[in-house]
Amino acid sequence: MPLRKLLIANRGEIAVRLLRAARERGLATVLAASEADRDSLAAGLADEVEIIGPPPVRKSYLDPAAILAAAERSGADALHPGYGFLSENAAFADEVREAGLVFVGPTGDTIRRMGDKAAARRTAAEAGVPVVPGSEGRVEDPEEAARLAGEIGYPLMIKAAAGGGGRGIRVVHDAAELRDQALRAQAEAEAAFGDRGIYLEKYIERARHIEVQVLGDGERAIHLFERECTLQRRHQKVWEEAPSASLTPEKREELCAAAARLAEGIGYSGAGTVEFIYDDRTGDFFFLEMNTRLQVEHPTTEMVTGVDLVRAMLGIAGGEGLQLRQEEVVLRGHSIEVRINAEDYRNQFFPSLGRVDHLRLPGGPGVRFDTLLYPGYDIPPFYDSLLGKLIVHDLDREHALGRLRAALGELDTAPVVTTAGLFSLLVEDPDVRALRFDTQWLEQRLPGLLEEAGAAPTETTTR
Amino acid sequence: MSNASIQAPVPGVFYRRPAPDQPPFKEAGDSVAVGEVIGLVEVMKTFYEVKAEQAGTITEFLVENEGAVTAGQVLASLTSA
Repeated sequence: MPLRKLLIANRGEIAVRLLRAARERGLATVLAASEADRDSLAAGLADEVEIIGPPPVRKSYLDPAAILAAAERSGADALHPGYGFLSENAAFADEVREAGLVFVGPTGDTIRRMGDKAAARRTAAEAGVPVVPGSEGRVEDPEEAARLAGEIGYPLMIKAAAGGGGRGIRVVHDAAELRDQALRAQAEAEAAFGDRGIYLEKYIERARHIEVQVLGDGERAIHLFERECTLQRRHQKVWEEAPSASLTPEKREELCAAAARLAEGIGYSGAGTVEFIYDDRTGDFFFLEMNTRLQVEHPTTEMVTGVDLVRAMLGIAGGEGLQLRQEEVVLRGHSIEVRINAEDYRNQFFPSLGRVDHLRLPGGPGVRFDTLLYPGYDIPPFYDSLLGKLIVHDLDREHALGRLRAALGELDTAPVVTTAGLFSLLVEDPDVRALRFDTQWLEQRLPGLLEEAGAAPTETTTR
Repeated sequence: MSNASIQAPVPGVFYRRPAPDQPPFKEAGDSVAVGEVIGLVEVMKTFYEVKAEQAGTITEFLVENEGAVTAGQVLASLTSA
């Protein structure tokens, strides 16, 4: 059944993005906003605004009851969760559907299955998608760990079964340290999580992060090629590209086909992303996880495929199915996105708050800026620091880098300081230009990069 | 004895506990030393410690846990020794 009225359960630039897509399809729009977002760009654009609670996210954007009540008051017949917040909360997806609304995304069961690390890994392996070599499940005693480690190979990681988010991980380089480290890891896991279960996983030292965009309608699934998001700081992506310039055409085909096979195998519905780590020295790729939602960096895929992913999501949710065949998805050119965050990158990324008095956005051919900003906007302190995403598209990577450099020079958000200055440095960096980086590169390079820039004479000429 | 206050160093959300499952840093009636942490303010997902700038006894918290605060807003009042 065609959708009529869409409730947007999100904020910031993605709320604006979703509103635009809904409006293009002729849908009425309702924005669920916290009290701090009454004056947001999205609130100004939406047909209706429902206030769901006070500024803190736990009382507004993370409160399922408040959002469901807003949906009922507004008479919306569909809900788009965007990214973050409740977008990967399986129980919320179920509740939205039980309330009689269309949830723009996969089923609660799919979210649950792919959200559970072990289940997702098993599902991927069953679909013939390579997973990081490791122990299947828990390892009970150090003797068994030593035997398995021999099979997996070194270096490897010992992880706490009950851990997560980087906690409870030890890297072991050879057999000599394994037994001792396994015993310690068990004791630590017991102390930290009340569960002494551990498991082993091969450690990929110099990895790239490559992810494949998929779309499915519950029966059929296709891929929309890949993005490379290797430049990260504190496990947060800051710079994304599509396609990955690190892959050969054969490797691309292999990786993307694996992702589409996984999505179709689980009857995936909506837009999703299958994340991999890629070792470009060996050509090995391994399944990392699947995100069952729209991603921040989705525009790079839209630029190089010409497919509007949010429009496709709304179409699938409205029962139109996947209006696209795999062979119709063709790569054209190269796209780069950088995340413009309100952070002072020269001062330990300290949040930069305040009113954007001057706003000049970059433009011209192949330049897109998805943002929550408008002139005079007072940035609220309660949410993440993402102000916008600068996305460029050009014939190839070399041209795209030139376009990115020029567009960054146009952006002005004074007096609010953003990460744009950092990207102006990165775009000139020889390693970035030559793709010589892994997921740890940026963090290691940052101090040197900033020091060199601080010494540069351009510092005084920009007054 | 004189009256003093502890203010938010940055705008954001005020937390009285180091983590949701832990007890508050301080209760009304507790004494504080200079530099002692009485709470956290979260701004753009970054946490800043709120410290007492003078020693004394907390008389009252003026902002509840998880309340929104502006920069410089009084979070707690105290009588300094």
